[in-house]
Amino acid sequence: MRTDESAFGRRLMDAVPHVVLILGVLIFAFPIYITLIGSTWDAGTIARGNLPLTPGGEMLDNYARAWNETRGDRIIHTPVRIMMMNSLIMALVIALGKIAISIISAYAVAFFRFPLRMVFFWMIFITLMLPVEVRIIPTYEVVANMGLIDTYAGLTIPLIASATATLLFRQFFLTIPDELVEAAKIDGAGALRFFVDVVLPLSRTNIAALFVILFIYGWNQYLWPLLVTNSGDMETVVIGITKMIGNGEAATDWDLIMATTVLAMLPPVAVVVLMQRWFVKGLVDSEK
Amino acid sequence: MATVDLNRVRKSYGAVEAIKGIDIAVADGEFLVLLGPSGCGKSTLLRMVAGLESITGGEIAIGGRVVNGLEPKDRDIAMVFQNYALYPHMSVFDNMAYGLKIRGVPKAEIQARVAKAAEILELGRFLDRRPSQLSGGQRQRVAMGRAIVREPAAFLFDEPLSNLDAKLRTQMRVEIKRLQDRLGVTSLYVTHDQVEAMTLADRILVMNHGVAEQVGTPLEVYQRPASLFVAGFIGSPPMNVLDAHVEADGRTLALPCGAALPLPHPQPALNGREVKLGIRPEHVAVSADGALSVTVDLVEALGADTVVYGRLPNGEALLVRMAGLPVCREGETLRLDAPPPALHLFDGATGRRLED
Ligand SMILES: Nc1ncnc2c1ncn2[C@@H]1O[C@H](COP(=O)(O)OP(=O)(O)O)[C@@H](O)[C@H]1O
Ligand SMILES: [Mg+2]
Repeated sequence: MRTDESAFGRRLMDAVPHVVLILGVLIFAFPIYITLIGSTWDAGTIARGNLPLTPGGEMLDNYARAWNETRGDRIIHTPVRIMMMNSLIMALVIALGKIAISIISAYAVAFFRFPLRMVFFWMIFITLMLPVEVRIIPTYEVVANMGLIDTYAGLTIPLIASATATLLFRQFFLTIPDELVEAAKIDGAGALRFFVDVVLPLSRTNIAALFVILFIYGWNQYLWPLLVTNSGDMETVVIGITKMIGNGEAATDWDLIMATTVLAMLPPVAVVVLMQRWFVKGLVDSEK
Repeated sequence: MATVDLNRVRKSYGAVEAIKGIDIAVADGEFLVLLGPSGCGKSTLLRMVAGLESITGGEIAIGGRVVNGLEPKDRDIAMVFQNYALYPHMSVFDNMAYGLKIRGVPKAEIQARVAKAAEILELGRFLDRRPSQLSGGQRQRVAMGRAIVREPAAFLFDEPLSNLDAKLRTQMRVEIKRLQDRLGVTSLYVTHDQVEAMTLADRILVMNHGVAEQVGTPLEVYQRPASLFVAGFIGSPPMNVLDAHVEADGRTLALPCGAALPLPHPQPALNGREVKLGIRPEHVAVSADGALSVTVDLVEALGADTVVYGRLPNGEALLVRMAGLPVCREGETLRLDAPPPALHLFDGATGRRLED
């Protein structure tokens, strides 16, 4: 009797976390599911407010129109393929640019002694407290005066220029033993060779992790792209979705918005999935 | 191959003087061990030779060429570190080849040199492995391989065996000795372990607080320690040091415990003076009519030897090391004798040896 009871108790202890986790997944997944389903029905069905929970038949049509066309039924929008390309360029340039700047400045701060080293480090550190949203008006002024409105440079450079990852790379570099640096010096590796041959390969997993974070950060930028892009050709997909919503329920192509939203989710998901394999590889190798 | 000459070499960190003027001429092919307690400046001195620390004063020459202003890579040296300092993301082969690649050595020659070093060090099977897939001893061999392939003028070792366990340390010590016999490259070897120093060195430089206390062959350093510091640092257990008074007649040493020992050599300058008397534990012998009488405090039987912790009548401690199994028990009184050649005299104030 006792053993039965304790077995039951154990099963309950197993079941409770599962139920909680499954509930959590459902709560998170449900809106995404609705979006997916919505992208397969026509605008009228969605607008009536009682969307079926099973796929409809308009999927190919919705995606094709969102992807290629300018005219919806009720609104005019930039084709998603153009917006996706803009978002992709922005996210890639921001992610790679930030990584490049951070790793180089962290290398300088961690491995070299030069006058005012700590002053520079703190200056870099302070940019963390000044994200674009805080300095948006002066930054806009500068970008506008330089004629960078509606350019990729204007879209990306102000977002790159805060060294988010410098601190992270510096902390990692400080764990590289001095003796390794000295062995490289004796082997004859100069600063650049040591960076390329030793520091970069050792930072691989850190770079991969940061790339995921920064790619999603870049992809989801909203306020800054809204300010510096005016023409439809430069629109990013996050801006595009909000513009497609229009002025009221009646004037909105909800089917196209759903399809666009699904498309807009794909690149960040792809980056996470692809990079995840890198993390695992880095963890399994355990070279340090 | 080359000589290494240090000429009044000094190093200061701000107001702290870590190296206070060291002179040493290392001959071509010689194996010099820098020996001293932790913090005495051994690594600092070695790193100055390597070019990893700036030289505050004096001159360092390798192969007759002053290298004070040269980068480490231009000094024609190779260094082996305590923590191996292997590149974690490179294979064993690449670790050894890296320095040669940078110097633009042709591929075929790199192959040949690495293959040869791998054969000497028995690393052939591991060339494709990463350092993380090797044991500590194998990693240290790779680190030595990296030094060997460079064919430098001098090897610099900084406590290369300190991270290994005792058994492996002994084994690697023998390997380093063989390697040195085979390659005959001038070497500077830093250690705080007197056994490593005694077994490997052609000459030992004993350091203390940034000063060279003594330079000499292992036997010279053991048999004629130049100072109380060297006497205490070399030998295990350490040398006994007792107060002593040279009688006015210049023949006898009077000890506070009441014993009198014959002075090894008459030294008129010492007559009537206070000195420090050093006696190695292994040179004290049990003898029925010995001059010293001790009460046995503690007996340590080590199998091959026995260490006896004795106490002289005035309370001073006296260590005795005897071959074989214990011949006495705790609480017993022993009569001991120390033959005149085993007596070392030091100046109590300066700690220097009083030459005989
Ligand atoms: N970078 C440094 N700054 C200040 N003092 C140092 C530095 N490096 C070493 N020292 C000092 O120099 C002395 C010698 O150090 P070191 O050569 O490492 O000793 P050892 O290798 O003999 O143990 C020590 O007292 C140490 O505190
Ligand atoms: Mg040291």
